[in-house]
Amino acid sequence: MIEVKNLTKRYGGVKALDDISFTAESGEVLGLLGPNGAGKSTTMNIITGYLGATSGAVLIDGVDILEEPKKAKAKIGYLPEIPPLYQDMTVRRYLEFIFDLKKVRLPKKAHVEEVMEIVKISDVADRVIKNLSKGYRQRVGFAGALMGNPPVLILDEPTVGLDPKQIIDIRRLIQSLGKKHTIIFSSHVLSEVAAVCDRVVMINNGKIVADSATETLGETVNGGGVLSLEVEGSSNTVREALGAVEGVKRVTKGVGNAYTVEFESGVDVRRGVFYALAKANCPILSMRSGGLTLEESFLRLTEGGED
Amino acid sequence: MSAIIKRELSSYFNSAIGYIVLAVFYFFSGMFFYMYCLMSNTTSMTYVFLSMLMIVMLLVPIITMRSFSEERKQKTDQALLTAPISLTEMVLGKFLGAFLLYCLCNAIYLLYAIILVFYASPDWAVLLTTLLGMLLMGAALIAIDLFVSVLTESQVIAAVISIGVGLLIYMLDSIASLISVEWITNALHTVSFDAHFSNFINGIINVPSVLFFVSVAAIFLFLCVRVLDKRRWS
Repeated sequence: MIEVKNLTKRYGGVKALDDISFTAESGEVLGLLGPNGAGKSTTMNIITGYLGATSGAVLIDGVDILEEPKKAKAKIGYLPEIPPLYQDMTVRRYLEFIFDLKKVRLPKKAHVEEVMEIVKISDVADRVIKNLSKGYRQRVGFAGALMGNPPVLILDEPTVGLDPKQIIDIRRLIQSLGKKHTIIFSSHVLSEVAAVCDRVVMINNGKIVADSATETLGETVNGGGVLSLEVEGSSNTVREALGAVEGVKRVTKGVGNAYTVEFESGVDVRRGVFYALAKANCPILSMRSGGLTLEESFLRLTEGGED
Repeated sequence: MSAIIKRELSSYFNSAIGYIVLAVFYFFSGMFFYMYCLMSNTTSMTYVFLSMLMIVMLLVPIITMRSFSEERKQKTDQALLTAPISLTEMVLGKFLGAFLLYCLCNAIYLLYAIILVFYASPDWAVLLTTLLGMLLMGAALIAIDLFVSVLTESQVIAAVISIGVGLLIYMLDSIASLISVEWITNALHTVSFDAHFSNFINGIINVPSVLFFVSVAAIFLFLCVRVLDKRRWS
């Protein structure tokens, strides 16, 4: 479990992080989402003990990273944005070094082999890192983070610069690891967060702007749900009929017969909409419920302020 | 810590640096040994050691220049600083890695001593204390140059500044003699590496000089730790 409490970080006069708090439960994959420069990497660097915070605390399974850094760091596997690879070493030697560095108490050879197997780099085990492609390097960095099976994994944009197949591989890997580990995973690719994470914490300008389960993020941001409809009939009749339904906040007309209905959270308006439109003699051609997409939520939160 | 020492040593010999440092050290020490011992028909290696001081001042910066600067540039320091080891362990590991390479350089003197045995028995007390002085002085210099390497991201800058500092230390006695203010001259003599090293060439172990080199090394390693720690908070 990772508890982040009231983190603030100043660089000179600039507040990079402003009172950030969130918790990642064991066995949870938490997505840290935000535009570039929002403070994702800074947050991760503080969680892993690479940077100190101006104020606030980070607890890893209840151990304070500042008070007992060695004990806390032993629980963390960290993959920074740029994997910390020694260019002059072979993959195997590098992983053995990380193994020794982390003082792992497992059979060394077998564990290194096992981790290489998990991230699929066994075929390059004896090649020098500087000759590897970007995708392989990323995975070697990932292997370094996995060394010693730490209960907590912090992954800073692990899929940047990979090809689509590798991205899918890494996502699957994160999902399967998520069952046993606590994972914090940052990205500015929204579909990725939607695909991998159980929960999303959205950061903008050093502040948390949203913290909710991935599926309900749109609803949370919007303060309700959204219904997309295709209805035959004159737009005025349709608008009137929809507007009269209990719980409906706003009706907007799209292209052709498309309408979007926003409604208050906790209310199911679908039946009401059906009967209202039937009464108005306007047949519903299609109805699809769904909150704002992640993209829309993201834009709304990062551009439109906090209202 | 042993992981870092191993990694440091392997990095010297994965690149050409380790071999070049050894080659240069062996070449000059061999040349001086030939000139001052074999040609001059003496078993005293004191002049060999004294002549090597200058070479050491120039070679140690090459050993230490990338220790911290390259880690920072390549962002590999993130692996070290987020591993469950303390900053002190990390700095000591780097220091011992560099010091072991330096010891490997100095091991050649034992070979020269063995060569001398074929002609006449050398004065072992003098030889061993001088070697000890050489190692202690090297340790102090390595610590100073590691500190320089902590301060910059560029290994070239680290090397140039370290060489400058080394030459300054080498010339400290000459500089002292130029200054007529007595207390400054005295102060400079007190911190002169040359003066302290000279205490070892007579076959005695001079405790104040041992303490001098050990404290210089300790102080600069401590400063390394402080700089690394401060960087996290700014």
